[in-house]
Amino acid sequence: MAKNITLYEALASRGITRRGFMKFCAATASMMALPPGAAAAIAETLGKTLRPSVIWLSFQECTGCTESLTRADSPSVEQLIFDFISLDYHHTLQAAAGHAAEEAREHAMTMGGHLVLVDGSIPTLAGGLHSTIAGITNLQMLQETVENASAVVSIGTCAAFGGLPAAKPNPTQAKSVQELMDEGLIARKPLINVPGCPPIPSVIAGVLAHYLTFGVPELDKLGRPKVFFGDSIHDRCYRRPFYDQGKFAKTFDDEGARKGWCLFELGCKGPTTFNACATTKWNQGTSFPIEAGHGCIGCSEPSFWDAGSFYKALSQPTEPLDLAAGAVVAGAAIGVGASIANRAKKNAAKSQHETATLKDLEK
Amino acid sequence: MNEIALLNWARGPGLDIAVAVFLLGTLWRLIEIISLGRKKDLSAPRHKPGASGWHTIARRSVAPPGMLKRSPISYIGGYVFHVGLALIVFFYAQHIKLIESLIGLSWPALPSQLIDLVTVITLAAMVLVLVDRINKPVKRYLSTFEDYFTWAVTFLPILTGYLAVKHLLLPYTTMLALHILSVELLLVVLPFTKLFHVFTAFMSRWYNGNANAHKGVSV
Repeated sequence: MAKNITLYEALASRGITRRGFMKFCAATASMMALPPGAAAAIAETLGKTLRPSVIWLSFQECTGCTESLTRADSPSVEQLIFDFISLDYHHTLQAAAGHAAEEAREHAMTMGGHLVLVDGSIPTLAGGLHSTIAGITNLQMLQETVENASAVVSIGTCAAFGGLPAAKPNPTQAKSVQELMDEGLIARKPLINVPGCPPIPSVIAGVLAHYLTFGVPELDKLGRPKVFFGDSIHDRCYRRPFYDQGKFAKTFDDEGARKGWCLFELGCKGPTTFNACATTKWNQGTSFPIEAGHGCIGCSEPSFWDAGSFYKALSQPTEPLDLAAGAVVAGAAIGVGASIANRAKKNAAKSQHETATLKDLEK
Repeated sequence: MNEIALLNWARGPGLDIAVAVFLLGTLWRLIEIISLGRKKDLSAPRHKPGASGWHTIARRSVAPPGMLKRSPISYIGGYVFHVGLALIVFFYAQHIKLIESLIGLSWPALPSQLIDLVTVITLAAMVLVLVDRINKPVKRYLSTFEDYFTWAVTFLPILTGYLAVKHLLLPYTTMLALHILSVELLLVVLPFTKLFHVFTAFMSRWYNGNANAHKGVSV
């Protein structure tokens, strides 16, 4: 695909009508809670946008994020947007291999102004040599790719917060893109975190559409676009009324579960998880985990692997109380020690008592 | 540290440390207090019906004649918040879930709407007894820092728990973390403050009653 064609032309060549394109723009605008006029603005800007150069870097990851975006069972406008961007480097999707692949990245990089999409966390122990590509560490690759980039988008929880590779005990000292920027290990650029394990495809496309039309969207404290990560799963959950009524499923096959009651007691992390699953849903709006009868595992939040079992309620401890037995022994020992000391004091006082006689009183 | 990390710490290492300090302090103080013993009373015991340690435990749970009228807030407010606290701690579904995961015991919960109501009443009763303590000159004179401190560490878990469940003021994640942390503070200070009456109140009533019964006095 030529570099200088617009998105609208690209979509038209793939059989997407103007009507279909406008529908996507309206859906994107409403999904991001933008005012009605914004759909036209998106259509106009997006239609005229030239293909941006995108470098997709995959580090310590499982390719689930790419799968999420590319494995939808029918071609969607989201996918076509993804096809439209000039994806100059992507391990899984590019045809080139070896030196040719690295050359493509270096070429795109030297032009500058490219968008960097990262999935996977970056190991930092021992100079980052736990994960290397084409002879250089992930950290070096990220450093040089980010240097002249216009912005970075962390796709998935590993890139956004460290994810599974950074879970305790984090053997490779894996870090997120945000952490590397904060520590000055890579250049500071506008950063958008799109966490999720994996992120929702339409959320990835929505964030890209927003970036291409209006720039970096409004972000929350954790760098996530507020339009998609502004509400908790719990607040948007269709089972929420059961939580409010105190109706909880106790096991996955009891009457409560069959009636679709709240899964809080079965470990649902919906109340502490911010994502768009409950509204946008998965697989072309079919359903989302809670609708399928399983609690939310909190995959779009930092350190969700370290939040204890997925099946432990939020009110339960994340790990066994290891200090308790030692504390009981120590407490008993101190107690016995203190009583022996008290006894000794009492006995010492007693031994110093003098017997008073009648004679003494008459003195 | 973000909210989730704070919550994970509170649910993991924080709880571990707090429970350890609580167990250590409680055993230490209980063993020390009980082993102190008392001097043997060599006088011949006098017997009077209604005078014994057990009688005193029961009798001191009821206001002495006339006192209910003189100090209604202390008695009624005190009763309401103690009973309310016990209901919230031991009969709220999420708390039973926690106890079950710690010691394996569980029992039926009260409906959460009822617990909501009890919580509001308990909070109101606690505010009332505090206002009474500050308003009455004698009570104020007798109050020390410890009295206000222990009131606060008891009040905070109930307040933050209610705000968390109702999704008020702060995001649930933050409020739940604050709730658990406030309970951990309560656990840590309980053995070393007057809150230790959780364990000693009935013991000391029995001891006093027993000593007075020996003298033939029913109090």
